[in-house]
Amino acid sequence: MKELVVSKIREGTVIDHINAGKALLVLRILKIQPGTDLTVSMAMNVPSKKMGKKDIVKVEGMFIQDEELNKIALISPNATINLIRDYEIERKFKVQPPEVVEEVLKCPNHACISNAEREPIKPRFYIKTEEMKVTARCHYCGRKIENLDDYIS
Amino acid sequence: MKHLISITDLDREDISYILKKAEEFEDVAMGKRKLRILEGKILGNLFFEPSTRTRMSFEVAMKRLGGDVINMTAQEASSVAKGETLADTIRVVSGYCDAIVIRHPLEGAARFAAENSSVPVINAGDGAGQHPTQTLLDLYTIKKECGRLDGITIALMGDLKYSRTIHSLIKALALFEMKIYLISPEALALPEDIIEDVGGEIKKARLEDVISEIDVLYVTRIQKERFPDEEEYRKVSGSYRITAETLKKAKDGMIVMHPLPRVDEIHPSVDATKHARYFQQSFYGVPVRMAILSEVML
Repeated sequence: MKELVVSKIREGTVIDHINAGKALLVLRILKIQPGTDLTVSMAMNVPSKKMGKKDIVKVEGMFIQDEELNKIALISPNATINLIRDYEIERKFKVQPPEVVEEVLKCPNHACISNAEREPIKPRFYIKTEEMKVTARCHYCGRKIENLDDYIS
Repeated sequence: MKHLISITDLDREDISYILKKAEEFEDVAMGKRKLRILEGKILGNLFFEPSTRTRMSFEVAMKRLGGDVINMTAQEASSVAKGETLADTIRVVSGYCDAIVIRHPLEGAARFAAENSSVPVINAGDGAGQHPTQTLLDLYTIKKECGRLDGITIALMGDLKYSRTIHSLIKALALFEMKIYLISPEALALPEDIIEDVGGEIKKARLEDVISEIDVLYVTRIQKERFPDEEEYRKVSGSYRITAETLKKAKDGMIVMHPLPRVDEIHPSVDATKHARYFQQSFYGVPVRMAILSEVML
């Protein structure tokens, strides 16, 4: 008998095929923090035919904007989005890495102006995708980030 | 509005245009011809880090074109830094002048300044980042002294890891299909990501193996503070010192460049050789900065 790991939602956003272990980072990218009023369920290391193991995040009662969802591609370029209405999939798409992101990544370069305290500055990065490898370059100091997971703000 | 933040914002055509314009200003820079095209304009020099020659060179360039200069020195800047953000300083000072020259210890500071400024911003060095006016005057020196930029063989020697001059310059050299040799101690080698970014023909080498082949030897300072102990510094710095003897096998037309100030990486015996061009290079900063100032303010 199949067991339901995370129950179906009536309405909201399901993020599927997240690389295993990265669900918490997905929440961070979507700025879903402790104290949120949203109903959020999360499953980690769920068996998957395609991926071996995957994570899933379900956000009840909220249709998250595509622009926000596409930021997930930074850490999980294979993630898929299902927008659910009345338990049915209304729209499904694969995340697309944005060309520019603001306030998602922080620059690893301590001497970068974007890390200066008190300056009214939004860290901004240019995103490049080559053969499913996503890298980012700081708009201010030009530093390249290869391992984006470590620099989600 | 035109800013000059990074050499990578310019293409070959932009660079050639500025260098051509600089040539037209050379006699004005020498005081042989008077020009007042920036009369009534004020340049704001914001130096958050000490600098003598870059600041003076901008000041001279502005004054030779009939303009005026206001200065904020590193000492004044440090008192500003205690209470005010860079964004606010720039907003205020851009109300006082027609263009801003900024040197700042943090990388990307000039780009951030440009985003907060109502007048053009020129980057005069941001931390280990960019120093585009130095790069332009370096290119001008090569063009003037070697007669061309394309197809030059150049060796970059010294601290290639931390030198912003080198990081800026190497990106521009690649635009002109130069053959580049890197000569440095392993601990001060050019970062791999910069080599990858630049592409083109770049090889690590020893000076004695390439001295007879190169058209330009670009020397930079090896800073003592980069080494854990003085002994290590002495060992390394000694083997990267140029003397008249070192240059014996060089081509007749080979030139030695240095962004200055030098400490002891170029022995004074080199000054009298036909190869020394570092003082000329330093002078070329004036016409090049005149070209940049007139370009952003007119």
